[in-house]
Amino acid sequence: MDLTMFFQQLINGLQLGAIYALIALGYTMVYGIIRLINFAHADFLMVGAFAVYFFASFILTLTNAIPPIIIFILGLIVALVAGALIAELSNRLAYKPLRYKPRLSALITAVGVSMFLEYFFASLPFIGPSFRAFPDLIKPVSFVVGGVYLNTIQLLDIGLAIVLMILLTYIVNRTMMGKAMRAVSQDKDAAKLMGIDVERTITFVFLIGGALAGAAGILMAMTYPRIYPNMGILPGLKAFVAAVLGGIGNIPGAMVGGFLLGIAEIYATSFNSLLGEGIAFAILILVLLVRPQGLLGEKQSEKV
Amino acid sequence: MRTARVLLIFALITGLVFFGVSCGGSTTSPTPTSSPSPTTSSPSPTPPAKDIIIGVVAPLTGDSATFGKSTQEGAELATAEWNAKGGINGSQIVLKIADDKSDPTEGAAGITRLIEQDKIVGEIGTVQSKVSLAIAPILQAKKIPMISPTSTNEKVTLVGDFIFRACFIDNFQGVVGAAFAYDNLKVTKAACLFDVGNDYTKGLAENFRDAFTKLGGTIVGFEAHPTGATDFNAQLTKIIAAGPELIYISDYYNDVGLICKQARALGYTGFFLGGDGWDSADLVKIGGDAVEGGFFTNHFSKDDTRPEVQAFVKDYTAKFGAPPDALAALAYDAANLMFDAISRAKSTDGTAIRDALKVANFKAVSGTIKFDANRNPIKAAVIIEIKGGQQTYKATVQP
Repeated sequence: MDLTMFFQQLINGLQLGAIYALIALGYTMVYGIIRLINFAHADFLMVGAFAVYFFASFILTLTNAIPPIIIFILGLIVALVAGALIAELSNRLAYKPLRYKPRLSALITAVGVSMFLEYFFASLPFIGPSFRAFPDLIKPVSFVVGGVYLNTIQLLDIGLAIVLMILLTYIVNRTMMGKAMRAVSQDKDAAKLMGIDVERTITFVFLIGGALAGAAGILMAMTYPRIYPNMGILPGLKAFVAAVLGGIGNIPGAMVGGFLLGIAEIYATSFNSLLGEGIAFAILILVLLVRPQGLLGEKQSEKV
Repeated sequence: MRTARVLLIFALITGLVFFGVSCGGSTTSPTPTSSPSPTTSSPSPTPPAKDIIIGVVAPLTGDSATFGKSTQEGAELATAEWNAKGGINGSQIVLKIADDKSDPTEGAAGITRLIEQDKIVGEIGTVQSKVSLAIAPILQAKKIPMISPTSTNEKVTLVGDFIFRACFIDNFQGVVGAAFAYDNLKVTKAACLFDVGNDYTKGLAENFRDAFTKLGGTIVGFEAHPTGATDFNAQLTKIIAAGPELIYISDYYNDVGLICKQARALGYTGFFLGGDGWDSADLVKIGGDAVEGGFFTNHFSKDDTRPEVQAFVKDYTAKFGAPPDALAALAYDAANLMFDAISRAKSTDGTAIRDALKVANFKAVSGTIKFDANRNPIKAAVIIEIKGGQQTYKATVQP
């Protein structure tokens, strides 16, 4: 592998990693606060992508006069709102009734919500199970730096992943709501006694988590412009691996895990095109063996 | 090998049906209702003994009803034309039609009825390989020749020496693609990218590789991707670094769109070539400018300038009110092959017809057809080019 190819694959890895990182952020935050692995997270992503698809198709049939950047920003807002709404709806209908039941019940419910969303969307007449072409919100512009090809969508993916991680870290660590979230994560009952509205806090967690999924949805659809109801399954699984790799519950960890996994997958694929897919899962097993708490995760002592 | 494609087509059709229903439901009667009746109305006013009875098995209802309709119409047009010219050696041709509902069991029941009740001497159909595989052994046992217009699974004609087909088998497309790349595009360095979980795309890629190497070209990259992948950058970066002038992408249209986009974003400027998995209007929607100038192999193009094709397209459109698709063209060819063989055999004996088919050399709409030792046609494929976002006829390539 010569140097140009090495750097080109690094860029490819960063792009793929940015997508994983964006999805992993939502996984890890919801887990960090309510200890629920929300398997439906990747399907919230799909909902976000379809919301933008319908929004953008509608706008583009009305007029071509709106500059692409405005459509993108409006699309991003649509994605955030759609993701947040579907997440909160799932919380209300599926997770809330099981809040004080064993954790396994909530986990199975998450799998159920995930499958429901996939099959329900596939059965809707105006969506259907087949592929849709996602419109170009922003025309990607390629440019070459020292023989390595970059494009605007890649930079957008990587940039937005970093911005959202910083924003999320700020919310969790520096705001009153963040403080409440951390309190709820430690002990729901004690938090309640301290006057924290636990349900309101959890709602907030789902709204933010869903919005993150929506953001991942629009970026994934722009990067890989083909959407369908099952589009979230595989990236969702790998993002989950990324979250565990970085230390589940740890926000910068999700970021690191996502990028590491993306880069590893690209280099492995480049080495042998059949290995790449398996690498994600091999890494998961290795990390669990050597460092069960993840790269940036802290060892948790059992609460007594 | 066909299952994935059948599933995909099923998915598309389900989507279309839902769409049609949601748009007001006016589009839900694609098949002529006359289809079941001909099979039961045989004891009509004493057909002269010299009529030649030919069976047609096709999916006229169910998931693949549009395939069945095209197949039936193609066969009917050929029959009408032969009868107008005075039939075969003075005998009129009568078609007896059975609906297989895309179901092997229904197909077997239908063909048994056609043989026992209608006494067919030859059979045209059916569309799907899985159903053809169910009816072929019955016809083989009765020594009645069968020509499937569109079953591409290699096993169909291997059932026995009375079973023929009018379409080329999947792997053949790789061979034709290689010839087009080497001879027409003058390319000497090519790479392949394919879905490792799908026999169809893998088979095409392997056949392209072998044929291209045999012609004297070099394969500089042979990369796989897992089913359902969306990111092909790693494979493409590796392929592009090896400097191919052409990338052979045997995937289906939805993957092809993404692959072409990613390849162009990585600075690739050479050709793209693929198989009939590209044949969808959505290819351009997903791939956009990136698929512009791409080529793929297909069975038939209504824009082909050969006089046989233009005459067929004109007659078909006049009779049925819409231009023919590939299924109609192949059914038309299958029927003509059968009638031609009967006329040369000067007999309706199954073995005589079979022997005539074996030495067929027929100028069909989808190319001049001869049969190889396994009763697969040796014929040309058409190359379609994506031009201005439309599928346009580029060339006909002989194997």
